[in-house]
Order: sequence, then structure tokens, then C-alpha cells
Amino acid sequence: MKHKYDVIIIGSGPGGLAAAIAAKKNGADDVLIIERDIELGGILLQCIHNGFGLEIFNKDMPGPSYAQHFIEEALGLGIEVILDTMVLDITPERKITATSKRIGFIELQARAIVLAMGCRERSRAQIMLPGTRPAGVYTAGTAQRWVNIEGYMPGKRFVILGSGDIGMIMARRLTIEGAKVERVLEIMPYLTGLTRNYVQCLIDYDITLQKSHTIKNILGNKRVEAIESVAVDEKWNPVPGSEEIIPCDTVLLSVGLIPENELSKNAGVTLDPITGGPFVDDRFMTNVPGIFAAGNVVHVYDLVDWVTEAGYVAGRSAANFAMKEKITKISHVPLSASENIRYVVPHAINRESLKEETVRLQMRVKTPIEEHVRIIVEDEQGNLLTRKSEAYARPGEIITMEIKSDAYDDVQNAKQPIVSLHKR
Amino acid sequence: MAKEYDVIIIGGGIVGCMVARFLSRYKLDILLIEKEVDIGMGTSSANSAVIHAGYNALPGTLKAKTNAMSSTLWEQISAELGVAFNRSGDYVVATNTDQMNTLGELLQQGKTNGVPEMEIISAYEMRKREPLITQDVAGALWAPTGGLIDTFALTVAAAENAVLNGTEILLDTPFEDFIWEGKRIIGIHTPRGAYKSRWVINAAGLYADDVMHKAGVRPDFKIHPRRGEYVILDKADFELTRETVLFPTPTEKGKGIVVTSTLHGNVIVGPNANFVDPKEDKTVTKEGIEEIWTGAKKLVPSINRRYIIANFAGLRAHGNAPCLTPGINYTGDFIIEIPKEVKGFINLGGLESPGLSSSPGIALMVIDLLKDAGETLLEKPNWNPIRETRPVFRHLSPTEQAALVKANPSYGRVICRCETVTEGEILAEIHAPIPATTYDAIKRRTWTGTGRCQGGFDMPRVVKILSDELGIPPEEITKKGKESPYLIRRTKDMGEEA
Ligand SMILES: Cc1cc2nc3c(=O)[nH]c(=O)nc-3n(C[C@H](O)[C@H](O)[C@H](O)COP(=O)(O)OP(=O)(O)OC[C@H]3O[C@@H](n4cnc5c(N)ncnc54)[C@H](O)[C@@H]3O)c2cc1C
Ligand SMILES: Cc1cc2nc3c(=O)[nH]c(=O)nc-3n(C[C@H](O)[C@H](O)[C@H](O)COP(=O)(O)OP(=O)(O)OC[C@H]3O[C@@H](n4cnc5c(N)ncnc54)[C@H](O)[C@@H]3O)c2cc1C
Repeated sequence: MKHKYDVIIIGSGPGGLAAAIAAKKNGADDVLIIERDIELGGILLQCIHNGFGLEIFNKDMPGPSYAQHFIEEALGLGIEVILDTMVLDITPERKITATSKRIGFIELQARAIVLAMGCRERSRAQIMLPGTRPAGVYTAGTAQRWVNIEGYMPGKRFVILGSGDIGMIMARRLTIEGAKVERVLEIMPYLTGLTRNYVQCLIDYDITLQKSHTIKNILGNKRVEAIESVAVDEKWNPVPGSEEIIPCDTVLLSVGLIPENELSKNAGVTLDPITGGPFVDDRFMTNVPGIFAAGNVVHVYDLVDWVTEAGYVAGRSAANFAMKEKITKISHVPLSASENIRYVVPHAINRESLKEETVRLQMRVKTPIEEHVRIIVEDEQGNLLTRKSEAYARPGEIITMEIKSDAYDDVQNAKQPIVSLHKR
Repeated sequence: MAKEYDVIIIGGGIVGCMVARFLSRYKLDILLIEKEVDIGMGTSSANSAVIHAGYNALPGTLKAKTNAMSSTLWEQISAELGVAFNRSGDYVVATNTDQMNTLGELLQQGKTNGVPEMEIISAYEMRKREPLITQDVAGALWAPTGGLIDTFALTVAAAENAVLNGTEILLDTPFEDFIWEGKRIIGIHTPRGAYKSRWVINAAGLYADDVMHKAGVRPDFKIHPRRGEYVILDKADFELTRETVLFPTPTEKGKGIVVTSTLHGNVIVGPNANFVDPKEDKTVTKEGIEEIWTGAKKLVPSINRRYIIANFAGLRAHGNAPCLTPGINYTGDFIIEIPKEVKGFINLGGLESPGLSSSPGIALMVIDLLKDAGETLLEKPNWNPIRETRPVFRHLSPTEQAALVKANPSYGRVICRCETVTEGEILAEIHAPIPATTYDAIKRRTWTGTGRCQGGFDMPRVVKILSDELGIPPEEITKKGKESPYLIRRTKDMGEEA
């Protein structure tokens, strides 16, 4: 094992794997992936359901198969890997401290770093869930790990809070395993995950989804014995008289994901309070030169294919940064999201990018619009940079669009292009 | 019947454990029994962890007396037991002239109780020391002898040191009834069997009333649990300028909602005070969180709900014992006595706040009671007051961390990502003098699972480690003892091969 690397990637999910592959293919000689789990693949390893790879491979694969494709490619390229190793610290000068049972406590220096730590699930207190504190309250992802990786059932009768994708996928998985899913409760008046998952996981398995409902109380001292559900109005105020006691032994929380950026903060990386991830440009560079980020650590993706693509871009950019003797000054143009749009990634475009390629934008809307919409990107003069139409816009589904090279000249003059959404 | 003890202690909270630790220096055979699967699962693990300076209690009460007796001992006790303690000092903050008058009274009361070095500081001075304080601040009472302790570690360390010095501890062993010889208590019954003893000490916390009633003592004494709810803030999001305790000005209802540092780095906010029934009702309520949040905002307006990573509630063992000092009209005092009507029984009760701060003083009073009753307490020549500490990875410098991992590689594997707790630390607690055998026991001792992901990452890993080390299947690993398993069965396909 060396102490200096051209590019070090933290995390081996689809984002990290793609970044490593691209870094190697774009000229970085010494590329290292550090992963805290005992296997490569990230969260995909526990996603044994189908639904991965439709965009990139035109194929519907389970998560581990999708990951395996990239694992083989990375290993074939001679990328170094250390597993079961936790990165503890990153400095702005790109020094990395990590620790592991097998290789001990190590300090490494990287010319460029790609952050690919993924995200974590929001926990019980973050949504102020009242009640007692018994065993039997888990995040959906933790339950998924137990069932799909460790091979254990965490309960018999479930109530799932939140209609996020992991929750719905677990509702189906648990049902297949012989458990009873009593209810999926969603505080919003709309679904927060993908419609595809609602159909395939809930409708097909006869599992009831109650929108505008939440948990008012968790009952039971040692193990969950029941929950008290309640309907809420638009302002999330409980509707008196709508309470219902639902006996169950387990509550799963699927109430949102948060990019995992504790390491990034130490490295001086500035975070966007809306996405929870770093501010990045279209090359996925953060505000700290030489530190790049890709995947769920930037913002929470709904489809793995886009994570892979982001990883490619970040890995290539990291290789370029690492292998160039001198860093040329970069001129950025910031992108801003207007009212209907919650956020747009990247936050800024390198003015030179469009010379060579198209730039992909990804965004989420704030509230669902169930009719045809048009998304427009224009500069402050009203010059159109790009636009796209969609049949609907839902918070659970990311909207992807491109700015093509022909907008190069307009982008040179633009000060702050605005992304906006309009009903048609 | 087996061995005969000199002393049996009922209850392994901070009081029972501290009494055991102080008594263990004498030539006594001591048994401590605890109904739960671990010590310190009651009130001692759900409080503000503040070592009170001693100005709150009414002069003449046992609360005031034991608090004062204990106050100067903390440097020594925490050093001997290897427990984090910071004599940070504390503030009582006033926001108007009425409250300033109350501070004056508190200052006087503190002086009467013998609390040293207290002073009233100006709003300007308060803002200078803690710029996050409300702009409405009118002044504050500064008590430099107040402090912060790791309440979880303290209970474990006191018990461990007692064990080191010969005390026996039986977990999962509820007291059921006394064994009598006329009017003398000579032992106790438990589901595990009967244990004989010359003395039995009631340190049963919330259940102290039940225990003393079984002894026929103080039939009118009743504990009304008063619940206090808290929220915990992420240390990455918020900390006080300096580790300290910020109290609002007290009212008849109590000390009010505190904003305090903890020695784990997180700021906690709470508690409110609401009577509950039954004695296990540690429910956190929506209303309760609103109440404490509103209270805390009055002191430190810049806290944000987004910082909240956890909540919990503790139950005060609020009793109705009158203060026995002539001329003091107060109900709700501690009980620390050898009741006249029975022999062989030391009765402790109503040990609500400042019970943690007072625990060494309570233990010293128990020693005096025994001496007064004619016990000749002989010191053990080989008594060892020191409890060896175990490494805490996150508290070490990178160089020390590297050395530790080299010496013992299991300290190189991080199990809890948010709090950086390693496998080595967890293994050490499973094999400690008082073994941690549940997830919560590991959590209290190592701080695993207390960070922003609240166990989402480490829980499956800790369950696996416990299962491997204890040699029992994962389905039998619990959160906090019987009936609190994490897992129910293997999945279908896995089940067949098993
Ligand atoms: C439960 C779940 C179900 C999903 N289902 C679908 C689906 O059906 N279809 C679909 O297309 N997409 C799905 N997705 C989305 C897609 O799988 C994710 O967007 C994708 O896996 C994210 O990849 P990533 O590389 O950013 O992060 P991850 O896959 O989470 O990888 C991050 C890696 O970083 C490691 N790491 C983190 N911190 C450190 C550290 N300090 N040191 C060392 N290593 C570290 C982690 O161990 C992990 O392996 C799902 C996502 C989740 C969470
Ligand atoms: C909200 C709140 C905030 C507080 N803040 C502070 C503070 O900042 N500073 C301070 O000094 N004090 C504080 N206190 C008070 C302090 O926490 C208590 O005084 C102290 O923990 C009491 O310890 P204990 O050992 O008497 O009780 P416990 O910790 O409750 O221990 C009693 C033990 O007895 C066991 N037991 C009960 N019945 C039986 C039985 N039949 N057989 C066997 N075992 C039995 C129980 O399981 C328990 O473990 C606070 C209390 C609360 C509730």
C-alpha cells in the first residue's frame, strides 16, 4: 500500500465505483477506493429488488448485479481497494485519515479526492415522533439490511411511516417474507417515492397507503405494542377524532435521506442547506479545489443510473485535476432555482464546459403538479438556454434535462441563469 | 440457604451503586440486587447530569445537607472512578427585575447552604460570557462550583469499583419481600431465591415507597413520578460558547427548562415537569416537546429544531416526606433514616433532584447511620478506590489512536459512525466486570448509537457483536432485557438451512 495517490475515492457505491473507473481511464495512475463496509457496492448490496440499470443498460437488474458490473470493471482496471476501513478525517489539503481492524490506522495524501459517502436515513427524533422508546422502531434501510443481508426478520406486524421508496420496497419485501404490513402512513397529501414503486410494491400486494396521516404516539415499553395514527390537515395539524390504534410490533421509518457530509465539513466543503450536500459545479467540484463529490452525498438521487453518470464526471474531473501541473482559473456561472423548483444541481456551470459537451441539470420540485409542465432555463436577459416538457412534476421524482453545447455563447454572457417551471 | 451478607442493597441506580462503593471500603459482605438487566436503567440514566452547586434546596433539608456534603468531593470521586467531570459552573438567568429579586434570594439561600463564591453578574457580563444568551437578559447568578458529570459512566464506575472491592451484584433480580425475625429484617426474597443479610438498604428509586411499605414503614409516604422530557441537539450543529449550564430563574413549579452542555458534547434542553401514572411512563409527548422548546428559546433564541437528534424522558421520584428539621416547613424532602419500628433496615426515599449530586453525601450518611446503630466498620487494608478506565477512541489524539489500533486491532474498526465508537470499546464493555449484555447497556457505556443517525448504522452490527460474544442467537439480543428483542426470526430461506 502506498501513501500517496492521484485520486482517492471515499465510498464504493455506484457513485464511487464510477468515479474510480473514470479517474483511471482519464489518466490517473494511482487510484484508491476506501470503503467502510466489508464489500464493494454501497447501498446497492441490500437492494436485492429490480429496478436498476434501465437508463444505462436498458435492462432491469437487481442492485447487486448492477453493482457487480462496475466492481468487475474497477478491479479489472487495477484500482486499489481497501475495505472495512472508515475514513475519519479529510483536510482541505487532501490528507486522509482512516482506520481499520486489518490495516490499522493510516494517513494518506491524495492529489484529488472524490467524496462518495452516500446518504443516511432520517431518524425518529428528526421528525419529532412522540411516544415511548421501545425496541421495534427502525429506519427502513436498517430493516432492509437485516432482512436482505443478515437474513433476519425484525418483526411480524409492521406499520411503515413515510411513502419513500425504501419504505414501499420494504413493505413488499416483508410481505413476501410472511409478515403483515398493516399500513403505510404518509403525512403529505401525496406520495413521496416513485409511482412505479407505489404500483409494484403497495397496490400489487394489497397494502393500504393512507396519505395525510401520521403517527401520533408509539405505545409499548419494551417492544412496540401499537401505534396511534392520526389524520392531519394541510398544515400537519392533527384532525381531532381521527385517531386510530393500530396494533403492531414494528414501526419502520421511511422519512427521508440526508447526504452524509460530516467528513466534507471537516475538509472545509460548503454545504447547500437545501440539498444537504456540497455546492458543486457541473464537474462536481466542491468549493475546495481538488475535492469532488458524486452521488447521494451531493443530493439524494432516485435512479442509480444518474449516480453512475455523476460518478463518471466527478472521477474524470478529479483525474484532470490530479494530473495537471497547473490549475487554470475557472470561471463559473451560478444557476438559481425559482419558486416551484426546490433545487437544481449543479449549483454552477464552468463556462468552458459547454465547449466540449452537454451539461446535465437535475432538479426536484416542491409540490406535485399533475398536469403538463414546461421547465425553462433562461438568463437574466430572457435568453433561453434550454427547456423541457414533462407530463407531470412530482417531488419524489427528479427531473433531468440538458444544456447543449449550442448554448455556449449565451452562457459566456449570462450572469445568473434561472430555472423555472410553468404549467402549460 | 446460601451465604449470609452484612448488607443487601435494593436498587442499582446511582444511589445504590454509590452506597455500595462507599461501603465496600469496610469489611462487609455486600450484595446489590437490581430488577433490570443492567444497573443504571432508571432515573440515573435520564436526567440533566448537572452537579448542583447547592443553592436550590431549602436550608435545613436533607436535600441541602447532602448536596453540600457532596459538592467538594467530585474532583476526587471522578478521578478515582475515572469518570468525566467538569466543574463548569452554572448560571441562573433573569430576564426582568422580579427575577433579579429571586436571584438575590437564591444567592442568600446558597450562602446559608454554604455554597462558596457565588455572585450576581450583570447582563453585560453574562452576554460577554455566553453571547448566545437571550438579549432580554437582565443579569444572572453565577455559581462556579456547579458542574457537569457523565451520569451513565458514574453509575457504572461506582458499581464496578464496588465489585472490584468484593461487592456482589445480581442483575435481573427484583426484590419481592422481606424475611423477618420478629421485628427485625434478616433478608429478602427474590425470584432467584432468598438472601440473608444483617442490613437491607432501600435504594429502589421510584419504587422506594413500595419497598418501605413492605417493611411496614411510612405507610403515608407515596412517590408521585414527575416526568421530565428532553431533546438532544446535534453537536455538529450547536454548542454553547463554553461548557456550562444555563438555568432560567426558578418558579414555584421548579427549576425550569435548562439549556445545558453534556460531557458527551451534545447540548440538551429540558426538562418540563408533569405528574404521571404509572411509574414507567417515559412517553415523550408532542406537547412536552413544544413546552421545553418554548422554554429553551427564551434562554437561547438561536437554537433551531433542525438540530434535534433525539429525545427522552426521565421520571423524578417525587415524594411527600416532610423535612424533619424543626421549624422548616417543607414536604418533598429526601428520606435517609433507620426507621424506629423495624430493625436491620436503612430507608432511602424521595431521592429526586439533586439526588445525583447528593449521592456521595447520601452514602456518607448511610455510613454514619450504620455507625450510630453500633456497627464497627473496619476498613479493608487492601481497599482500592481506583477504577481503571478503558480506552475511548474518540478522545485520543491521532498518534494515540494509531498506537491503540496497533496494540489491539479491534479498536481500528469503527462501529458507530456518528460518535466514532470502535469494536474494541464495545468488546471491552461486554467483558467488563459488570458485563453489558444489551444494546442499551452498550449505548450507555460507549455512546454508540447516540448520534445523528440514532443507531441506524450500528444497530445491526452491535447486535451481531453481542450475539457472537455472548454465544446466543441474534434473536435473543435485546434492547433492554426481556421482551425487547430486535429480531423475531430468520428469513424464510435462511430459516430452512438453520
Ligand atoms: C434503500 C434504497 C433503495 C433504492 N432503490 C433504488 C431502485 O430501486 N432503483 C434505482 O435506480 N435506485 C435506487 N436507489 C438509489 C440508488 O441505489 C442510490 O442512489 C445509489 O446507491 C447511491 O449511490 P452512492 O454511491 O451515492 O451511495 P451509496 O451506494 O450509499 O454508497 C456510499 C458508500 O460510501 C461508504 N462510506 C460512507 N462513509 C464512509 C467513510 N467515512 N469511510 C468509508 N466509506 C464510507 C458507504 O459504506 C457506502 O458503501 C435506492 C437507494 C436506497 C438507499
Ligand atoms: C428529569 C430529571 C432531571 C434530573 N436532573 C438532575 C440533575 O441535574 N442533577 C441531580 O443531581 N439530580 C437530577 N435528577 C435526580 C437524579 O436523577 C436522581 O435523584 C437519581 O438518579 C436517583 O438515583 P436512584 O439510584 O435513587 O434512582 P434510580 O436511578 O431510579 O435507581 C433505582 C433502581 O432501583 C431499581 N429497583 C426498583 N425497584 C426494585 C426492586 N423491587 N428490586 C430491585 N431493584 C429495584 C430500579 O430498577 C433502579 O435501577 C433529575 C431527575 C430527573 C427525573
